[in-house]
Amino acid sequence: MKYTEDHEWVRKDGDLFVVGITEYAAEELGDVVFVDMPEEGEEFAQGDDVAVIESVKAASELISPMSGTIAEINEELDENPALVNEDPIDKGWFFKIEASDPDEYENLLSEKEYQELIS
Amino acid sequence: MISDSSYDPYNFAKLRHVGPSAKEITEMLKVVGYESLDHLIDAVLPTRLKNLHLGDDPLPELGKPLTEVELPDELHQLIGDNQSFTSLIGMGFYGTITPPVLVRNILENPAWYTAYTPYQPEISQGRLEVLLNFQTIVSDLTGLDCANASLLDEASAGAEAMAMAYRVSRSKSNKFFIGSRCHPQTKAVIRTRAAPLGIEIIEGCPFEDLNPVEVFGALFQYPGTFGHLSDFSGLAEELKKNKAITIFATDLMALTLLKEPAAFGADICIGSTQRFGMPLGFGGPHAAFISTSMKFVRQLPGRIVGVSKDSRGKPALRLALQTREQHIRRQKATSNICTAQVLPAVVASLYGVLHGPIGLKAIAKGIHNRTVWLKKKLENNGLEVDQKGFFDTISVDVGDSSKVITNGLKNGVNFRQIDAKTIGISLDETTTSEVLERVCLSFDLEVKKDELRSSDLKSLNAIPEKFVRTTEFMQNPVFNMNRSEAAMTRYIRQLADRDLALDRTMIPLGSCTMKLNATTEMAPITQPQLTNIHPYAPEEQVSGYKKLIDDLSQRLCAITGFDGFSVQPNSGAQGEFAGLMAIKGYHNSLGESQREIVLIPKSAHGTNAASAVLAGLKVIEINTNEDGTIDIKHMRDLVEENADAISAVMVTYPSTHGVFEGSITEVCELIHGVGGQVYMDGANLNAMVGILRPGDIGVDVSHLNLHKTFCIPHGGGGPGVGPIGVKSHLIPFLPGDPLKGDGSGAISATEYGSALVLVISWAFIKLMAGKGLSLATKLAILNANYVTKKLREKYEICYSGNEGLVAHECIVDTRVSIEGTDLVIDDIAKRLIDNGFHPPTMSFPVAGTLMVEPTESEPKAELDRFISAMFAIADEISAVKAGTIDKENNPLTNAPHTLEDLVSEWDRPYSREDACLPVGSFRPDRYWSPVNRVDNVYGDRNLVCTRKY
Repeated sequence: MKYTEDHEWVRKDGDLFVVGITEYAAEELGDVVFVDMPEEGEEFAQGDDVAVIESVKAASELISPMSGTIAEINEELDENPALVNEDPIDKGWFFKIEASDPDEYENLLSEKEYQELIS
Repeated sequence: MISDSSYDPYNFAKLRHVGPSAKEITEMLKVVGYESLDHLIDAVLPTRLKNLHLGDDPLPELGKPLTEVELPDELHQLIGDNQSFTSLIGMGFYGTITPPVLVRNILENPAWYTAYTPYQPEISQGRLEVLLNFQTIVSDLTGLDCANASLLDEASAGAEAMAMAYRVSRSKSNKFFIGSRCHPQTKAVIRTRAAPLGIEIIEGCPFEDLNPVEVFGALFQYPGTFGHLSDFSGLAEELKKNKAITIFATDLMALTLLKEPAAFGADICIGSTQRFGMPLGFGGPHAAFISTSMKFVRQLPGRIVGVSKDSRGKPALRLALQTREQHIRRQKATSNICTAQVLPAVVASLYGVLHGPIGLKAIAKGIHNRTVWLKKKLENNGLEVDQKGFFDTISVDVGDSSKVITNGLKNGVNFRQIDAKTIGISLDETTTSEVLERVCLSFDLEVKKDELRSSDLKSLNAIPEKFVRTTEFMQNPVFNMNRSEAAMTRYIRQLADRDLALDRTMIPLGSCTMKLNATTEMAPITQPQLTNIHPYAPEEQVSGYKKLIDDLSQRLCAITGFDGFSVQPNSGAQGEFAGLMAIKGYHNSLGESQREIVLIPKSAHGTNAASAVLAGLKVIEINTNEDGTIDIKHMRDLVEENADAISAVMVTYPSTHGVFEGSITEVCELIHGVGGQVYMDGANLNAMVGILRPGDIGVDVSHLNLHKTFCIPHGGGGPGVGPIGVKSHLIPFLPGDPLKGDGSGAISATEYGSALVLVISWAFIKLMAGKGLSLATKLAILNANYVTKKLREKYEICYSGNEGLVAHECIVDTRVSIEGTDLVIDDIAKRLIDNGFHPPTMSFPVAGTLMVEPTESEPKAELDRFISAMFAIADEISAVKAGTIDKENNPLTNAPHTLEDLVSEWDRPYSREDACLPVGSFRPDRYWSPVNRVDNVYGDRNLVCTRKY
C-alpha cells in the first residue's frame, strides 16, 4: 500500500488501483455525511479533484493520486458514508482506477514516509 | 416639545440607542484604563489613520439629530407625495392582505424581527419550524421533493436556478434558453449573472425557437408573464432526453388551482411568495423560493432547514447541508448567497398556516372568478382578450393603450402597458367589486348593480382541464389546525418562546452587529404610504420613495466618503457581486478586460470568494501573519507577479479579526499602484461610522450591511440590505434598472431592492446625526474593549492592535482554554444557552474560537452578566481539567439542559442546580432550550426537509 501527502492510500488490486483516505484523514474530517463520487468511465490526471468528501463542518476534495479512468466506484458509500469513518482502509474505499501510467504508483509515499509525515 | 432642563427625555441618540449610561461609561473607561472616550479612540486608531479622524464635530452635513417625537413629521414630509393606487400591473408583484394577526405578532414583534440566522439550532426551533412549514408549502405546491428557505427575489432566484442547472446538467452546452413570456426583470438579472459565468442566453418562443439539443437548461414562466397557460411537458421531455434541465418560474397562488409544475416535467421551480401576505413595499423585501427533486438537493443554493434529532433522540430542526454554503466552501460554494429572506418567509409560511389549503383555494378561486368576469365584460364590449386559459392575468387589445393607462390613473388604477395597443391586467385578493368597477370605468364601461353578484361569479372558470390541479397539497395537520385568532396567536407565541432574540438577551455575534432595532425606526414599515406601492408603479406615484432613497443615499455618501450609492442589492453578498461587476465594468471601459484576479485575505468572509467566482474572477488568497494581520510582503509579491491581471483586492475593515490594521493604507496604495481597485467589505463598518470614512482611506467601492450597522433588523436571517457605495469613477457601472437594462445590468428584480425597509436606516441616521453616530461607534469600541479586558482575566484573546486594544469585537481563544480536555467549542457555546445567552460567532474567522461583538446598544449590566457567565464556564473548564468533575459527563458536555433533563431521573455527577441555574440565567424567567444538543451528523446523513404526513 502507498500513500499521498493528501492523506490518501492507494492499493494494487489486480490491474486496478484502489483509492481511499487514511485513518488519520478520516479522524481529522470527523463524521462523514456525504461523498460526491465521480462517474465510472470519467478520466482524471494525477492531482485533479475527483471526489468531494463532506462532513458536517467541512468539505474536502479528494485529489486523484494517479492518472487514469475510473473503473469502479464504491456505491455503498452513497447509502452509508459512515463507512469512511468506521473502516477507512477496507470497506470505506472510494474508487478503483485503471491507471494510464502505472509507474506513478511507485513514486507515491511508502508507509514509513507517510508515518513520518503525520507524526 | 416642552423641556426646561438640558435633559431631553426623548433624546434618541443619547438615551435610547446606546446601552451604557454616562455613569457606566465612566466605570468602563476606568476598567479599560483611559480617561475619556476620545483618549480610547485615539489609542485604538493606527498612527497612519489618525489624520483622517473626523474629529469632534463629525459629519455636520447630517444636520441636527431628531427626537423620537419629531421623526414621524419629518418622515411624512419626505414620503407624503407617495400615491397609493390600486396596482394591477402584476409581473410577480400583487396586492395581498397581510393578516392583522401577522402584522401585530410578526412584523411588529421584536421576538421575530430581532432574531439572528438560526445557525445555533437549539435556540432557533421556533423559526426553524416556520421555515420547515415554508419549505413544505413550496414543495407541495410545486410538486417537487424539497425546497430551500429562501432566496432574495424572484429574479435572482431565476439566476440561481440557471447556475444550479449548469452544475447539475450533464450536458456539455453553455447555452441557456429563456422563454419570451418570462418576467422581464427575471430575464434581465439572468443576463447579468450569465455573462461572467460564460453562459450564453437564447431568448425566444419555447415552441418555435427552443432546440432541446443545444442547451443545458431552459426557463419557462407558468403562468406566463402576460397570463397565458402553456403546456411545456413535451419540451421538458425533450430537454430531459438531452440531459438538459427544465426550470419553471411559477406563482404559488396560481398553483393552488393549477396543475403542479412537476407534473409537466419541471426539475426546478422558482418564484416569489410575496402575495402570501407580504406587502408590495415598492419591490421588497419578499421571500423567493427554489424547489427541486431530492437527487439535486445538494446543489440547491441557500439555506435548507432539515429535521434531525437531539441527544435524547427527540425530533429537532437545524440548518442542513451547510457544507454547500459560502461560509464553508468559499469559492467552491453553490452560490454566494448568505442572508435569506427569513422574516418575509415567516409571514408567507404563517399566511399558509392561517388559511390552509381550503382558504388558499378559496382566495385563488375568488381571484380567478373575477378575472374571468372581467374578461367576459371586456369581450362583451368588443375588446379582444388574448388568453383562453389563464389564472389571474389577461392582456387586452385596446387600440390605444396610453389612453386606457391615463383613464386608469383617473380612476386610481395602474395597468401594465405591454405595448402601444395592449394592456395587461392582473387581479389579486384585494380586487373587490369596487376595484372592478373602477377598472371598467377606465374602459368607459359601467357596471350595473347586480352584475357582480358573488353567486354568479362562482361558476366562472377559464382553466382548461389539462391545467386543473388534481393533487392535494398542505395536508399536514399544521396547515389544517384551528384557524381562530386565539389559536393562531398562541401558535405564534409558542414558537417565539422557543427562540432567543434581542428582546431577551444580547446577541454577541462577532461580525453580525446585533444592535438595537428601535421601535421608532421600525414603526413606518407597516404604514400604507410605504407598503402599498407596486415596484413598477408610474414615476409620479413614487416620488416620496424617490426622495427618501435620494436622501438616504446622500447621507450614506456623507458617512462613507463615497460619491454615489445603489440600494439595489438585497444582501451583503449581492452587494459584493454588484461591486465587483462595477469594478469589472470600469476595467473593461479602459480596455483592460484581462484584469481577472481578485486578492482576498485568508481571513475574509466566505462570501467574498464566492462572489468573486460569480463575477467570473479568479481568487488568490493573501496569507495572514501570526498576529492576524495581512501579510503585506506576500501581498506585495502577488501584486508584482500579477500586476496587469489584478482587478481588485477585497478587504474587510477593521479586519475580520476585529483589529484596526495600520497597513490598510499600504494595501490601498499597492493595489492602486498597479491599476487595481480596492473593495471593502463593510461588515465591520460599525467600528468606523462617524470616526473614519472608507472613501478617505482609499477604498473605491464598498457594500454596507444596512442590517448590521444601520439598524435594519436581522429578521431571523433576512431581509438584508447591502447597498454599494462607490467613488465617482465607478458610478456609471452601478447596477441598472431591470426594466431598462442600463448600468452594469440589474442584480435584483427591482431598481431599489428591498425599498420598504430602507426607511429604518434613514430613520436611524436622522435620529443620530453626526455626533450621535460617532458616539455610538465609540461606545461599540468601549463595550468591546471592556469585555475584552474583563475576559482576559480568565481567557486568552487572539488578536489585538495598539496597546492591546481591539476594535468593536474580540476573538476569545477557547482552544487554549480547553486544551488537554475532551471538550469542544460547541460545549462552551451551548453552555452559554443555559446561561440565557445567544452564543457568540463560533469558529469564524478562526476555527475553535468565539468572536464576541457586544455593540453600542448593550448596557453595562448585560455585559457584566455575559462576563460572569463566561467566568463561570471558565471555572467549569478548570474543574474538568482538575478532574473535580467528570470529563465526559459534565455541565458543559450535556449543555444545553432542558426541562426534560430537570424532571428526569438525575444520575449525573453534578447537581441539578449547577446544571440548570448557572449564574447568567434569571431564576424567575429562565430561558429553557426546547431541545437538547442537536445531532448534526444524523440530520445530514438522513436528510428530511419537509413536513411529512
